Amino acid sequence: MESIKSFTGKTVALPHTDVDTDQIIPARYLKVTDKKGLGEVVFYDWRYDADGKPKDDFVLNKPAAQGATILVAGHNFGCGSSREHAPWALTGFGFQAIVSTQFADIFRNNSLKNGLLPIVVDKATHEQLLDLAAEDPDLQLSVDLETQTLTLPDGRKVEFPIDSFSKECLLNGVDELGYLLRQTDAIEQYEKANNK
Amino acid sequence: MNPKPQTLFEKIWDAHVVFARHHADSEGTSDLTKRDDVRKQNEGAPAILYIDLQLVHEVTSPQAFTEIRQRGLKVRRPDRTVATVDHSIPTYDRSLPIQDALAAKQLDIMYENARDFGIRIYDRNHDKQGIVHVIGPELGLTQPGMTIVCGDSHTSTHGAFGTLAFGIGTSEVAMVLATQTLLQRKPKTMNVKVDGALGQGVTAKDIILALIAKIGVDGGTGHAVEYSGSAIRAQMMEGRMTICNMSIEGGARAGMIAPDDVTFSYIAEREFAPKDAEWDAAVARWKQLPTDEGAPYDAVVELDANALEPMITYGNNPGMGIPITARVPDPDALGDHHQKAALRKALQYMDLQPGKSLLGHPVNVVFIGSCTNSRIGDLRLAANMMKGKRVAENVRVMVVPGSQQVKRQAEQEGLDKIFKEAGAEWREAGCSACISMNGDEVPAGGYCVSTSNRNFEGRQGKGARTMLASPITAAATAINGVVTDPRTVLS
Repeated sequence: MESIKSFTGKTVALPHTDVDTDQIIPARYLKVTDKKGLGEVVFYDWRYDADGKPKDDFVLNKPAAQGATILVAGHNFGCGSSREHAPWALTGFGFQAIVSTQFADIFRNNSLKNGLLPIVVDKATHEQLLDLAAEDPDLQLSVDLETQTLTLPDGRKVEFPIDSFSKECLLNGVDELGYLLRQTDAIEQYEKANNK
Repeated sequence: MNPKPQTLFEKIWDAHVVFARHHADSEGTSDLTKRDDVRKQNEGAPAILYIDLQLVHEVTSPQAFTEIRQRGLKVRRPDRTVATVDHSIPTYDRSLPIQDALAAKQLDIMYENARDFGIRIYDRNHDKQGIVHVIGPELGLTQPGMTIVCGDSHTSTHGAFGTLAFGIGTSEVAMVLATQTLLQRKPKTMNVKVDGALGQGVTAKDIILALIAKIGVDGGTGHAVEYSGSAIRAQMMEGRMTICNMSIEGGARAGMIAPDDVTFSYIAEREFAPKDAEWDAAVARWKQLPTDEGAPYDAVVELDANALEPMITYGNNPGMGIPITARVPDPDALGDHHQKAALRKALQYMDLQPGKSLLGHPVNVVFIGSCTNSRIGDLRLAANMMKGKRVAENVRVMVVPGSQQVKRQAEQEGLDKIFKEAGAEWREAGCSACISMNGDEVPAGGYCVSTSNRNFEGRQGKGARTMLASPITAAATAINGVVTDPRTVLS
């Protein structure tokens, strides 16, 4: 996994609450057997009309959204299915962080394993970010994972929570599977002791 | 004497923690653990949790197997891994070839992975194939006290057996394949107490839809839910599975019900259930699992079963549900502007008017199936409603059994004849129109009363409009061709 430390990026907002993973990537695109190319179909049914033409009014189709790396999303983003195709599609588009007031559990876990940083902020900050993004199509935010801060254009710094384990994994690009494989002795002992 | 009373969840969790405080290892990742003590901590370090059983299907596993191959790893415990195909398989005649080349390729890759890594698989032509959350319990693989995972959010279904079962992503599928463990943060606990007796025409599906309407689709986030109370105890295993299945729709990864005699008699004699002396020992062990008296939960929610009515959804998340006699809510009556916008968007997508009843609303499709409601008990309820009747003209009614075993059982009982004589389609087992990856779908703009679990935009096909309900409500609606209160047909 690529490591994340700090970055400044173009920010877009999708304020809808309870966005489910079927919207992030519709099920008909789950027949793939690798992870590549899913950025093309992220939010497909919101992004394209029945003829497959991009809808001009959808935020990700606007010229200013090209190259965006931060998405300010509505409350409870990523609810529904466990498909890891959702973070694969979002990172495929170029996103490195998503800001919301709450993430669904499985989506949050899946994001952390793909170098996509879920940033939880308080409601007032969230409203402010949505307003800023609506006013300024070229909004830029800065993320610093080491200090767990999000910096707004006015210089205000907002601290965000992340558990120390996930933080270390993201900062150092630690591979969780590799980490678990190094615990093989303990796993064997557990299996013996518990007759598994 | 146990010094500290524990919940069902805590007992299973504790029994599966390989270790919670990570010790230093030789590969230079010791800082992962040491720093927990000295650095600002927003949450505890994850535990390494042992997984007793991983269920695998074709859609969320290919990239996990690729990872295993690329690293030159083996599947650590093929004996604790079971695969089936369900999401992308067609539900038409099994002797016909698969027309969708992508689906066919995905299935072939599943078969190849199962063969190469020595995993038991219930393939398309196997007589015990079915939806992963139907066959696990049916084969006796799902047993109280276990930890079960699958790359599928409805893995919570298995919690009906007093199991800690939850959905995971594909990266985690690879971790369990390779190590039989996962890094997991301990969730909080929530007790949902449902006391009282359900009225006629009210089912387990209505309990869970009413709960989600009450707590919202984020109400259970971060929690493992335990359902208790007389209305839960009164449910057979099918109903309990329906309830636990939709825990994820309330945001909870896991839903659980303490095992009891209903659980034990369901499991007894099934193919992979313990036998003879082992059975007696297992039951004695399982009887220790229920929550101790006085064990605290982080949250408690109560629901009065006596007051419940058949439920139906009107919007695009499972929390947008109402009693079938109620009226569609008005966005203007909501305070929060995001909730208001969400409801407006949903009513626009669904083309429904606030303040109106859904009763009498025409439907185009009725779908009876999915890991929520495709078991024999569900099919009996629907068949009982449809017996001797005809479905309305211009309504397509799909009945899709959850497994080949359910299909055979239904055919032995003559349920297939009831459905076919009523004009419904009797199909082969699979996820079908719940996720509509296999060609079974609702046309754009069409309305479907569905026994499945998700009414998200486009879930049953691009532009499809889904209303979630119980098998009885779905069957009553199939007969009348319009949304129908099942109680008016029963009486």
